[in-house]
Amino acid sequence: MTDASAAPVVEVEGLERRYGERAALTGVSFKLGEGQTLGLFGPNGAGKSTLLRVLATLLRPHEGTVRVLDATLPDEAWKARGRVGYVGHEPLLYRELSGRENLVFHARLHRVPEPRVDELIEAVGMQRRAHDPVRELSRGMVQRLSAARALLHDPPLLLLDEPYSGLDPAARELLDPLIGKPSGRTRVLVSHDIESGAAESDIALGLRAGKQVAFGNPDPAELRGLFQ
Amino acid sequence: MIATAWAILRKDIQIELRTKESVPAMALFSVTVFVLFHFGLQRNALAGDLAAGVLWVTLILATVLAVNRLFVTEREQGGIDGLLLAPIDRTAVFLAKAAALFLYLVLLELIAVPAFGLLLLEPDLIKPLPTLILLLLLADVGLASVGALVSAMAVETRARDLIVPLLLLPLLVPVAIAGAEATEPLFSGNQAAHGLGKWVGLLGLYDMVFLLVSIAVFDFLLED
Repeated sequence: MTDASAAPVVEVEGLERRYGERAALTGVSFKLGEGQTLGLFGPNGAGKSTLLRVLATLLRPHEGTVRVLDATLPDEAWKARGRVGYVGHEPLLYRELSGRENLVFHARLHRVPEPRVDELIEAVGMQRRAHDPVRELSRGMVQRLSAARALLHDPPLLLLDEPYSGLDPAARELLDPLIGKPSGRTRVLVSHDIESGAAESDIALGLRAGKQVAFGNPDPAELRGLFQ
Repeated sequence: MIATAWAILRKDIQIELRTKESVPAMALFSVTVFVLFHFGLQRNALAGDLAAGVLWVTLILATVLAVNRLFVTEREQGGIDGLLLAPIDRTAVFLAKAAALFLYLVLLELIAVPAFGLLLLEPDLIKPLPTLILLLLLADVGLASVGALVSAMAVETRARDLIVPLLLLPLLVPVAIAGAEATEPLFSGNQAAHGLGKWVGLLGLYDMVFLLVSIAVFDFLLED
């Protein structure tokens, strides 16, 4: 699955990111090869979501080197945009529009043909409610549509912030081939569920107060220590 | 870029048609202000410079309401991240937002101007209407450009409702001056509007400058 000789899909060296005076990330370094999953672990406020947003080109790195899909951020962010699938805390869906209208809108932005929208609606099991306004859907349904939105342009890299939150086991099973390990995509995954998060990951990165405190094989016992 | 701008504009129109947050509020605000002037000035009808001033100031204040809301759906529903993640020219976002505001202003004027004619204006509105429409459309281009720019600047601030009028209104002073000066002869019954060309030229220049400035700086506003 991982070609050691190939250039890493994500390469981060000495990353720093601040919000005003407060350092949200300091000294974060890792490499992620094609098809691998990096699990991001740490307590609330550790900097996991900030790291994902930096990799998604939504936040600029203040120090260090960040390369995503052969694009150096922030100068070449335009090269990475449109090749990254992002599932964050917000679903990035307009509440007044239906699920299908939202996906058609994002398909237009990514220049994806409309049949792909219906293909994904079916894949996430939302055919029956696809025409309902997003504001009328349950949290799990919105999460399924959010995953469909992130997959519209068939991105080689997925950045997933708690992608399974709000999903029942059946929905989780439905999404697994699309955004889970069986998808074969390169992934950066934030999870608060240490057991399943570690099982999904090839490499684990532990963060605490913005600092990298662990990196290597995902060991649930060691990762639990991050929360103590 | 045009296809992307059209996609964003179409989405904004769909949302406005469902929420009815901007245009009805602007129209209701304008009619309320006309009623307030009617009682506040204790006059049944206005003409000349006073009428021109009341109309333009009301329209400009109503613009503030729409500018406040222009990027709110993007912020409140996380749509701005969706736009930033897409491989699009960000000028398309500006064009779409300015076009949406232009459209809202035209719809507002379709309601507010006849209401002004009925509630406050002493001279007949029909005769000066073609020239007034030209002036309003020219002003709308400038209001839409500056409005979209200011809305994008203010959307990430916590005191958005305060920042928008504080930034926007000083920038709209030239529109108020040119609009009122050009309209005054029309509302005085003087159809051979003296100096109209000068004020039309000023509005055109204002439109061009702010359209170009907005396109030039909009990319940076959306950057983190």
